[in-house]
Amino acid sequence: MAVEAGLKIELGKQGVFVTTIEELYNWGRRSSIWPMQFGLACCAIEMIATTMARYDLARFGAEVFRPSPRQADLMIISGTVTKKMAPQVVRLYNQMAEPKYVIAMGACAISGGPFKQGYNVLKGIDRYIPVDVHIPGCPPRPEALLHAFMTLQKKIDGQHLTGEGRPRHLDAEAQGEFPVPVQGEHDLEPTSNPGVWPVPITIR
Amino acid sequence: MKTVEEIKAAIEAAVPGAWVEIVPNPSVSGQHSLRLAPEHAFEVATFLRDDAELSLDFLSNATGVDWLDKEIAEKVKVAKTVTKTLDGVDQQVEETVEETRKRVVPGYLEAVYHLFSVAKGHGPVVIRIRTLNRTDQVSLPSLTPVWRSAEFQEREIFDLFGIVFTGHPDLRRLLMWDEFKDHPMRRDYVEPDDFEYEPTAHDDVLKRAEAHRAKLAAATAVQEGAGA
Repeated sequence: MAVEAGLKIELGKQGVFVTTIEELYNWGRRSSIWPMQFGLACCAIEMIATTMARYDLARFGAEVFRPSPRQADLMIISGTVTKKMAPQVVRLYNQMAEPKYVIAMGACAISGGPFKQGYNVLKGIDRYIPVDVHIPGCPPRPEALLHAFMTLQKKIDGQHLTGEGRPRHLDAEAQGEFPVPVQGEHDLEPTSNPGVWPVPITIR
Repeated sequence: MKTVEEIKAAIEAAVPGAWVEIVPNPSVSGQHSLRLAPEHAFEVATFLRDDAELSLDFLSNATGVDWLDKEIAEKVKVAKTVTKTLDGVDQQVEETVEETRKRVVPGYLEAVYHLFSVAKGHGPVVIRIRTLNRTDQVSLPSLTPVWRSAEFQEREIFDLFGIVFTGHPDLRRLLMWDEFKDHPMRRDYVEPDDFEYEPTAHDDVLKRAEAHRAKLAAATAVQEGAGA
């Protein structure tokens, strides 16, 4: 059980630090989210700007862009996912070690955006892999990406390590690998992963 | 720079048997183009590049156009023998009658090249080559050996329009994946029916989304019927 906040502060004044394994574990997870060095389109330029001195992504412990999926914790889908690229994106995601997170950055990564009706454009990467944070924008400003990092950190902080709704990597039953779509004669097959993306019900 | 008429004359003088047609452009720019016959296109292209006066050494753009079958209605005057009753006597009279006849001009695929001269600082010269039809006779000579910059652009035309460039060093799809069978920029391209989720549909997308829903409802009705 978490220690009462007031008591924690009082103990801290006496030089005693009290915490829980859960807090410590989540603090470690959220403070070193290393993204994968991976850009798809113009959103990637904003992502690069976010890492530079002006916006300073290093404040979140996330400045270390790893050129290998094996060393990365976070995949930022920064741009249009074409149907030609989609299998590679899913494959890279599968190659990442747990715990892993996904930020869908910008209108294209969310839904296909301005190119939605294009013959080679995937209508949102969340059809194949689970997305933790969606950021709207075309492209989103660096502040929006920083906000996505903060949202992700908040999400990680709120997770319990046991019981229902625990993170996927602590659940032996949970699906960690996602089927890679096959490039068919007319379209990707299948066109979505129903386990990840059940067709949303539109309420009008 | 020479006018298109002068270029046409120069081509006809330099390449024996070459057939060139001027395709006029009625807009303000007046950028008329030269239509070449596929069998001489390669020699003509080489001439356009190597000719001292033209020296069109730079291919800036190559693209494709898909022209569908066209139905043309024409009024034709036809001489006919008509039997007429004049003053109670049947007479054979020759008459010209106007008839509307419809004929179908078969569609074709067209490759368009925009040429400039870096050495002379002039251009563009637009050349067009057409295939015989849109279905089975779709090959054209590749101009990649003449202008290296045509390589990727011809691959793109092959990918999106389905024109097969003979003599191209590496004719593969460029934008779509290798297993893909269609040509998305053709006018009769049927895109996959992936309109299952359209939260802000309008116009054409709305129609497609509604059609998708109707198809889904019909499929479930059939399934339920089979189940019962």
